[in-house]
Amino acid sequence: MKPTGPLLVATGLRKTYGPTPALDGADFSIRPGEVVAVMGPSGSGKSTLLHCLAGIVTPDAGTIVYDGRELSAMSDSRRSALRRGEFGFVFQFGQLVPELTCLENVALPLRLNGTGRRAAERAALARLEQLEVDDVRNKRPGEISGGQGQRVAVARALATEPRVVFADEPTGALDSLNGERVMHLLTEASRSTGAAVVLVTHEARVAAYSDREVVVRDGRSRDLERVA
Amino acid sequence: MSISHTLLGLLESGPRHGYDLKRSFDQRFGHDRPLHYGQVYSTMSRLLKNGLVEVEAIEPGGGPERKRYAITDAGVSDVQQWLATPEKPDQYLHSTLYTKVVLALLTGRDASDVLDTQRAEHLSAMRVLTRRKQQGDLADQLICDHALFHLEADLRWLELTAARLDRLATEVRR
Repeated sequence: MKPTGPLLVATGLRKTYGPTPALDGADFSIRPGEVVAVMGPSGSGKSTLLHCLAGIVTPDAGTIVYDGRELSAMSDSRRSALRRGEFGFVFQFGQLVPELTCLENVALPLRLNGTGRRAAERAALARLEQLEVDDVRNKRPGEISGGQGQRVAVARALATEPRVVFADEPTGALDSLNGERVMHLLTEASRSTGAAVVLVTHEARVAAYSDREVVVRDGRSRDLERVA
Repeated sequence: MSISHTLLGLLESGPRHGYDLKRSFDQRFGHDRPLHYGQVYSTMSRLLKNGLVEVEAIEPGGGPERKRYAITDAGVSDVQQWLATPEKPDQYLHSTLYTKVVLALLTGRDASDVLDTQRAEHLSAMRVLTRRKQQGDLADQLICDHALFHLEADLRWLELTAARLDRLATEVRR
């Protein structure tokens, strides 16, 4: 296979909240289609790293280059457009809109990008089928199980066919069986679309679905591929 | 694993030839370590001598004679007793990893390198098992999960030790 250059590269990231440094010179890179697990103890800075990479939080120092463009050089509206169109997000607690049906939730990012209702719902249904939760399409998030909710959240994250999916402890609120199912479907679905996945987790069995691991300790990162 | 008890247990479902027993063992429990024919026949000879199996029939073939083994009542009792006896949990008190970490600290080397190198090795093994699990049937999933949970326990120890390295360094150098 032809080697592909990195899609997202962060260098020397620093971020401080009050007196506490959350990131203290962290580096990161991910190639298209790659699944990289970000691991580390609680409070090590792994979620802050994910938020910086996704352009949600601006680092105090360091650079983040996505597809050849520096995030900090972009305007807020350009960064928002990037998050809506090219990034997908999965959080620990699905964060689905409770008033909308599951189908409407998955169609939402497409609608926000200007896709018409019918086309958006058609694409959303295909994603729900891929994640094996099309049977709950007309239910609201409060009427489905946690495992189903996370699969709907993954379907929503993939709805716009993003180039990078950011998953922050996507199985943290699930039991082992449901967690494994979500990871299997998330990695299969993202590989089918060629999306890169930045997977923040503290569970080794979840990280085992990745291609590579980066460990964050005390705000500094270590790429374990380069240790041995 | 007790091969003799496993073969005996497999015989409970009906008489079989040594070859069938080996095949059934490999399929269900062998995974990456299939039995040697020699192991099967020496085990069956021992079980025969101890009265736990009997030869039900001898069939002539092109090569050596084929014996069909059947379990005896004493054999069934032996299986029952084995199943009812809990396995002794491993104590895990003699860990090569722990020894390496302490030696690294004692000799002024970077113990976190030892931990991270091992961590990468463990996670790499877990990736292989996870892929195998995704492609396997339920039996494969269960045996892979057993291995994955044990590797995960090691990884948690590696993580905890990494967080305590400074304290450990002070203690071992005292």
